[in-house]
Amino acid sequence: MNFLSHSAAGGRASSSPLVGDAPEPTIFELSVADRRAYSLRETEIPPMALDGIEEWLRTDPIDLPEVSERDLVAHFTRLASRNYSVDLGAYPLGSCTMKYNPKFADQIAAIDGLVNVHPATPPEAIQGWLRLLHELEGYVCEITGMAQATLQPPAGASGELTGLLIMRAYHASKGRKPSKVVIPDSAHGTNPASVSLAGFQAVTVPSGPNGLVDLEKLKALVDQDTAGIMLTNPNTLGLFEQEIQEILAVIHAVGGLAYYDGANLNAIVGVARPGDMGFDIVHSNLHKTFATPHGGGGPGAGPVAVVEHLAEFLPGPLPRPVDAGNTYTWMTPQRSIGRVHAFFGNAVVLARALAFMRYLGRDGLTTMSQLAVLNANWLKHRIETTFEVAYDQPCMHEFVVSAERLKEETGVRALDVAKALLDAGFHAPTIYFPLVVHEALMIEPTETESPQTLEALAQALEQIVATAKDDSAAVLDMPQNTPVRRLDEAGAARNPVLTEDGRH
Amino acid sequence: MNFPEHLLYTAEHEWVDISDGIATMGITDYAQDALGDVVFVGLPELGRTVGAGDSIAEVESTKSVSDIFAPVAGVISEINERLQATPELLNSDPYGEGWICRLTLAGDPAGQLLDIAAYRKLLNSE
Repeated sequence: MNFLSHSAAGGRASSSPLVGDAPEPTIFELSVADRRAYSLRETEIPPMALDGIEEWLRTDPIDLPEVSERDLVAHFTRLASRNYSVDLGAYPLGSCTMKYNPKFADQIAAIDGLVNVHPATPPEAIQGWLRLLHELEGYVCEITGMAQATLQPPAGASGELTGLLIMRAYHASKGRKPSKVVIPDSAHGTNPASVSLAGFQAVTVPSGPNGLVDLEKLKALVDQDTAGIMLTNPNTLGLFEQEIQEILAVIHAVGGLAYYDGANLNAIVGVARPGDMGFDIVHSNLHKTFATPHGGGGPGAGPVAVVEHLAEFLPGPLPRPVDAGNTYTWMTPQRSIGRVHAFFGNAVVLARALAFMRYLGRDGLTTMSQLAVLNANWLKHRIETTFEVAYDQPCMHEFVVSAERLKEETGVRALDVAKALLDAGFHAPTIYFPLVVHEALMIEPTETESPQTLEALAQALEQIVATAKDDSAAVLDMPQNTPVRRLDEAGAARNPVLTEDGRH
Repeated sequence: MNFPEHLLYTAEHEWVDISDGIATMGITDYAQDALGDVVFVGLPELGRTVGAGDSIAEVESTKSVSDIFAPVAGVISEINERLQATPELLNSDPYGEGWICRLTLAGDPAGQLLDIAAYRKLLNSE
């Protein structure tokens, strides 16, 4: 039975089916004139005449939805219940490290003395916060093998830009202005974008047949105009760059700097350090590796750590101990590139990351990475007859398979496999990335999924492939059980409708 | 897939049509199919002097963002502004209304480009 009407005299009711394809009304459709989510009976603030500022007063009413608290909460709770999240189930989105975020870290971050602090509070009154941030900086540096770090950048791409601006400031301090930054062809899309934004030009170095940077081709394109290189290690194919020291030596030989993109740090914590490999600048995504909220807008945190001789360029202010370590104050390095975020970054995210590090400790963090690598290798082996594994060698925390054969045999593409997986209750893996693998499915199970969940994921993939061979139309018609099914992604990108009333 | 006999090609899956010192270029049927639905084209800069292989434009699809490279050296003399409002022309008519730009040739590009036989051989090896 279909219940068609959710309207009554005066407006729209705020109840709608949770399952099925009935659309959730927009918050504006729930709006009823003069309805409010608060009630102020009396105010103690005396009324004031607004004489003299009439020209500044707004005369047009603001077009805001008018709803009760009850309808407001119902609306967003329903939307949340239709959304897939890390708290609901496995989220094997390669390159994103979407692991479960333990709740104790939320409890720590919700401590009154941490959360109810105005960011403009003088440092004398928030010594605990400064100590916390300084301690976290120390752990970030210990984990990455660096000397000092800024915790300001609010995300990975922001960390990239910060690192590249430090790179530019370093070269400028030497009287140089090199223009090129080398990036492998398997790199994250944010790398070339950050390079352009920082005023450099991206130069692509191709991967060899083993999926790793081609050292000879790198040597051929590096020269005095090379400012540095950006690398993830393990790379975006989930493979460890075995010639990393040789690669970085090529860059250092021309005076360039090596930037480590921490997107894949979850594979190596406690096992290998970018600093020991020879990197000069490292960002780490706390919202990936150190289990702070991620996705749906975060907020994230992408600290940038550097070797000692680059510390003078770090953004400020930095929390620094004075008075023999008894007190802390804010200090900005002499040749700082300036702020990259208001105040001290996404501070309560930083508090979560510190809680996570302290809870797991050195041995726990090492086990975390080892299990992430073990889970990825187990799953890769488990599905290697279902899809072609792109690079047949041990992987790190993620791996890439190709649906090319399936597409040729049945017409079912990587996109269709990803959509069908939603019906099995899993988030889709990353698809069509990295670009060097055709019909790529990039799978990162993370350490937080159990062997039973990994087995269920493997079986779901097997079932999709079996169904595709038997009745490909059935797979092309999936997902069936999600609140919305196949969306017109191209139409949404070409003609985005960004307003409630459909204005473009 | 359709690959017109009279065009020249590059390993980056672009086509070139040279006549009277002007090279018209776009992406091949293979490229548009691999990209999927194109949603945005960042057009080349008019009047820019480019070398063969320089990145001159970008094409964004629902799958990815890809660079477009100058197939030959020259000066960008004309751009297909219709692609700004209707990027889907790259999918529907890659060799016709989906052309990307024209370049006034600098020098003779002979030998740098693939003929249809060489391009088909490249496709078969991918």
